Amino acid sequence: MDIVTKQPQEIARLRYLYSRAGFGATPAELTEASRQSLRKVVRKLVKDSESITDLQVVEADQNETKRQLKGLFRDGQLDKDMLKERIRQNAEKVRDLNLQWIDQMALGKSALREKMALFWHSHFACRAQGRNPLFMQKYANTLRQNALGRFGDLLMAISKSPAMLQFLNNQQNRKNAPNENFAREVMELFTLGRGNYSEHDIKEAARAFTGWQFTSDGKFVFRERVHDEGEKTIFGKTGAYKGEDVVDMLLERKETARFITAKIYRFFVNEEEDKKQVDTLAEQFYKSNYDIAQLMETIFSADWFYDSKNIGSHIKSPVELLAGLRHTLGVQFDQPQPQIFVQRTLGQLLFYPPNVAGWPGGKNWIDSSSLLFRMQLPNYVLKAAEVAIRPKEDGDVNTEPLARKGAARFQTKIDWADFEASFAKISDNALTDAIALTLLPFPLRAEQRSIVEKQTKPDQTRSERIRALTAALMSLPEYQLT
Amino acid sequence: MNRRNFLKQSAFTTAGTMLIPHFLKAYEAQMMGQTAASNGKIVVIVQLSGGNDGLNTVVPYRNDIYYRERPTIAIRPEKVLKLNDDIGVHPSMGPIKALYDEGLVTVINNVGYPNPDRSHFRSMDIWQTASDSDKYVHTGWVGRYLDATCASKPQQPFRTIEVDETLSLAMKGDTLNGLALLDPKKLYNQTRSGLVTNLSKEQPANQHHSVSYLYKTLAETVSSAEYVFNKAKVAATSTSYPASELGNRLKTVSQLVQSGVNTSIYYVSISGFDTHINQPGQQERLLGQYAEAVGTFMNDLKLAGRQNDVLLMTFSEFGRRVKQNASNGTDHGTANNVFLIGGGLPSKRVLNEAPNLTKLDEGDLVYSVDFRQVYATILRDYLGVDDVAILGRKFDGLKIV
Repeated sequence: MDIVTKQPQEIARLRYLYSRAGFGATPAELTEASRQSLRKVVRKLVKDSESITDLQVVEADQNETKRQLKGLFRDGQLDKDMLKERIRQNAEKVRDLNLQWIDQMALGKSALREKMALFWHSHFACRAQGRNPLFMQKYANTLRQNALGRFGDLLMAISKSPAMLQFLNNQQNRKNAPNENFAREVMELFTLGRGNYSEHDIKEAARAFTGWQFTSDGKFVFRERVHDEGEKTIFGKTGAYKGEDVVDMLLERKETARFITAKIYRFFVNEEEDKKQVDTLAEQFYKSNYDIAQLMETIFSADWFYDSKNIGSHIKSPVELLAGLRHTLGVQFDQPQPQIFVQRTLGQLLFYPPNVAGWPGGKNWIDSSSLLFRMQLPNYVLKAAEVAIRPKEDGDVNTEPLARKGAARFQTKIDWADFEASFAKISDNALTDAIALTLLPFPLRAEQRSIVEKQTKPDQTRSERIRALTAALMSLPEYQLT
Repeated sequence: MNRRNFLKQSAFTTAGTMLIPHFLKAYEAQMMGQTAASNGKIVVIVQLSGGNDGLNTVVPYRNDIYYRERPTIAIRPEKVLKLNDDIGVHPSMGPIKALYDEGLVTVINNVGYPNPDRSHFRSMDIWQTASDSDKYVHTGWVGRYLDATCASKPQQPFRTIEVDETLSLAMKGDTLNGLALLDPKKLYNQTRSGLVTNLSKEQPANQHHSVSYLYKTLAETVSSAEYVFNKAKVAATSTSYPASELGNRLKTVSQLVQSGVNTSIYYVSISGFDTHINQPGQQERLLGQYAEAVGTFMNDLKLAGRQNDVLLMTFSEFGRRVKQNASNGTDHGTANNVFLIGGGLPSKRVLNEAPNLTKLDEGDLVYSVDFRQVYATILRDYLGVDDVAILGRKFDGLKIV
């Protein structure tokens, strides 16, 4: 199959769509999509994401939390070295969960679902406290299962997930000894946003959430004896509310729809909000009872989505960059560590967001060292160039053994044959621009083209030439943008 | 002003195709000696990652509770290097004790913040952003120093340097970021590949903020790397440094200081202080490395006549619990001590009271000095800059400077 260079504008549009709604497209996928109407392509993106493959690194009955392991140590069932080893194994399973998810993003069938789930991971940000693989597995699968469903279901499910309840201290939120952390973040970061609730609302909602707990085998449990059954006044209404009632009240408020829509818009369309567009979308989102798939389909089908001010405005997050590069060339890593290394070095390690507010994103991803590393990444992945960088240790004794390994050279398998086949019929002098069209948000400038072509040598075979050009194009600052 | 507004207003985006030449021109002018406002004072921050056990670093060697709560890991009184009648430093910290005797060290006890967080990551976040423990801030305090002192001037990431290969949150400002480098030559070489060097001279015709931002960052990186490399290659220190990681990094700082690079704040971190298990041997090794490296560094600066221009501050994201655990170690705690060394400060030796072990908060020390008071003092009284603009509000200074 050949890349349809007769319709460069159509290909450019599709490249943009796939990079926003997923993790990019191969030249073959772009060619295939260019035979259909844009509306049909968008429909297909949603349809393809109906399936889901659960991430699985641990069985519920095999998991032991750090606390349980320490108990075994105290009882003499584990010695010090075994305890250390078991804690390390748990951290390693969280790492494997990370890699399984990246695989789904890069090579799975449900790109839009995974992209949405990545967005929700930063929205409902939760860190692997105690590195409990079962809790994180449940958390990740909850995000992924509900990623395109109703926001209300997602909110309820994630709020009841053990990882989140633990992260936000709701286990310590008890009748007569409330802990407001959970209630505060649910309102400030997950639904309404600052300024749309009072401190009194938080205090009272915290009381309603008392009793929302989890068991060590990762199940939600409502413990009536620590639940405050008294009347609470929230948003001016009074009743003997429970946690579920608070979630419903939050969904009833239009501010929630506006807050979520605006955040989706800033991530998927443009960091700079277009107020009118967001208002219209938020209204529709609220009326649809928070149907996420419908909202996304509306966005991707809108003419304004393809405005030039939006194209190329988004800076890829490290995970988007890594998964996208892997998708385009079908890259498989032979060892687990390099992908963790890339995430750590560039500042986005799945399951370890900086705090409950998630990754700030945008220009925050870029500084002098991260930009140089990003521009070197294609050489590491595609050419096994020696890696000269070491990320910082985070000071936590339990993650250090995982951090030290890595670096050196990446060993990868790359599906060049498929990639090259798409350019078989392109003439030599049109080759650079044709590849660029599938990778970059803007056409190459003349000086840029000559810089890129300097990376090739005259005596190279066509295949070598394609590889050299691809690595060079992926090293351009513009490749960091979608 | 957020980053986007800044970019809108800055010449870099509005000048369009004039982008890089304009930038380089102003940049060159700076290089010719018209340096940005700076009082010539330098701060070196040494971060001990993992939560250094403060009670075994600055030991309350007359306190019965200390010995009662730490039956197997307490430092015996006869081993302690005594600073005064209450406290002394860990026996592996001879070089720090020597600096103390010279009047170069100020110990600040009980430094922390309200509602302390015991997670490494979160607490480090709080120290690096200087935020309250219930707020999430995306910029670091050193980065905001850069914003406050270098905004409206040509961008100079090297005004604050982290001696490392990745940039900490502490170094990221709203509009400007510091520069990370482990070795000036290595960074320079990274920017010398044909692709990077040629692209750094590129003038993006595109008006997208994101594109301009990437090319601006690239141009700054390449010129900063070249500037620092050219400066640093002429200066060499004859002092021999210990071969530890911190030794190497402080050697780099010393070379940069002596080369006259126009950098006001350096940031260095070492890790390994998370001593849950078998603390004594590990902490002894780490504190020994710390003391030896810092001792060498201060002596090196003294020989170069720069001791009074360089203030070194050491902190850790939290201290550890008073009571030891069952594994000959300690778990995450709260308040900790901070060292200020050099800088020509009149030494206050031990600034404030030793930790009160009779008044604990659920087994943890109670802070009496907010760490942002230390930052405010350094910013306002030592560096002579607007601490309120950088820290977001007024913190009472400490009577040190």
